[in-house]
Amino acid sequence: MSSLALHGVTHRYPGGAGPVLQDLDLEVVEHEVLCVLGASGAGKSTLVRLLADLDQPQSGRIDRGADPRLPALVPQSPDLFPWLTVAENIALGGRYAANAGRFRPERVPELLADLGIAQLAGALPSELSGGQAQRVALGRALAVDPTVVLLDEPFSALDPAIRADLQTWLRDVLTHVRISAVLVTHDVDEALVVADRIVYLDGARGITADWSPREDGTTREEMLAHYRRGAVAGASR
Amino acid sequence: MSLAPADLDSEDPDRPVVRDAAAEARPGDPTGRGADGPSRRPGRRPGARAQRGPALAWGALGVLAAGLAWWALTAVGGAGSPMLAALNPLGVPGALASLLATGVLVQDLVTSTLRLLLGMGIAAALGIPVGVLIGLHRPTRWASALPVQFVRMISPLSWAPVAVALLGVGSAPVVFLVAAAAIWPILLGTASAVAAIDPRYVAVAHTLGANRREMLRTVLVPSVRPAVLQSIRLALGIAWVVLVPAEMLGVTSGLGYEILNARDRLAYDEMLVVILVIGVLGAAIDLLARLLLTPRRG
Repeated sequence: MSSLALHGVTHRYPGGAGPVLQDLDLEVVEHEVLCVLGASGAGKSTLVRLLADLDQPQSGRIDRGADPRLPALVPQSPDLFPWLTVAENIALGGRYAANAGRFRPERVPELLADLGIAQLAGALPSELSGGQAQRVALGRALAVDPTVVLLDEPFSALDPAIRADLQTWLRDVLTHVRISAVLVTHDVDEALVVADRIVYLDGARGITADWSPREDGTTREEMLAHYRRGAVAGASR
Repeated sequence: MSLAPADLDSEDPDRPVVRDAAAEARPGDPTGRGADGPSRRPGRRPGARAQRGPALAWGALGVLAAGLAWWALTAVGGAGSPMLAALNPLGVPGALASLLATGVLVQDLVTSTLRLLLGMGIAAALGIPVGVLIGLHRPTRWASALPVQFVRMISPLSWAPVAVALLGVGSAPVVFLVAAAAIWPILLGTASAVAAIDPRYVAVAHTLGANRREMLRTVLVPSVRPAVLQSIRLALGIAWVVLVPAEMLGVTSGLGYEILNARDRLAYDEMLVVILVIGVLGAAIDLLARLLLTPRRG
């Protein structure tokens, strides 16, 4: 059963040379962590904007499944509200009627503990490190008990050492909460650590590879080779 | 299981201790925040407290010097001009006592303050919603740009004859002129604050399911609050400056009127007291506004 699916989605920006995405089909299976891998300019950001309902596709449709709510977004920069504390940021979704019945206030301290930031509950975002802030952003998304969480290069701005720790940790979190997730990244290693399934997005050419490394044994080298071919093709277009 | 990242999970005694690299990045940092984020907290400069003593001393010296210069000017210039002689600071206590004895000073002070607050209230009640509209709606912003720039550059006192003709004699035209002066900083400050709302905050709220009203309440209002409060403070200063000349036009009460009244009675020492009261009250209003309108978290 799918929790989110794109059917024949085409999107072009006004004044752009051609479509960024063309006739794209993509399905996120329930409880699956899907990673969309792609080079710069492969349409990853456009895909995020469409999935998050920040842009509308020119054609095709996005099937949001049984839960009418949007995927909860974990953006590239954590985008915590600077006027709210950590705990209030995590509880943000609870202020919206759309999450009635799905958000429980008692979930906030649980999440704070689960995310390893309980001691920061009363802190302001300006007092956090980048890694801590990104954990809060994930907590804010998980607090509304979403069907799908959408992660847009969540660790790309962090130091490599912290990034590696957080990738392992994210994998554990997602396994634990058993929700569908779409992780958009340009980082093959991140994809390998976090995802069940990895698709390679190559702009208007669509999905050019679909791997499940844990099942089909695809290696990092095979993925990197494909990545290079796509990046070269993208650069020569 | 715990979802805490390994580096923070201290409950497993067998695990080698790997401290959070972020916390380790800056040894001696008591907040534990690392160097991997834009996390420098704006705060008081170190040493600000140590400079308080000298600042107070120099401030007192400045007031003393200004008083002395004032006294010297009136003492020397007073030889040739009876009006300058009457402005001597040594005459202030006596004039203040006589003004207080008649009770008009306190009455005028209250009247002027009420007019100021009423005018400010009208300016905020109109300026904030219109500013929000201009900030949110681009066609309105484009359409209003030239008219707003045009009208706001006209001194509000230019409208005095119109105000008196339309609203009659009394407090109403004064309040109108104060509002006409105060509305522009509020309107423009609100509009630019609304236009500058971070679209990423809007995106976060949108994906969490916020409807328009909830967006207004949880993103717009807290985003623009500091800038709007700042613009109200700015407007308050302008309104106070405009209030006094506005009260010289067709009213028989208020501090501005009292200046003319004292002049007509040739009571220059009392006129000086009213001018001083205007200065002191203006400074007090700004101080109060700074305390009340300085943005706080919440």
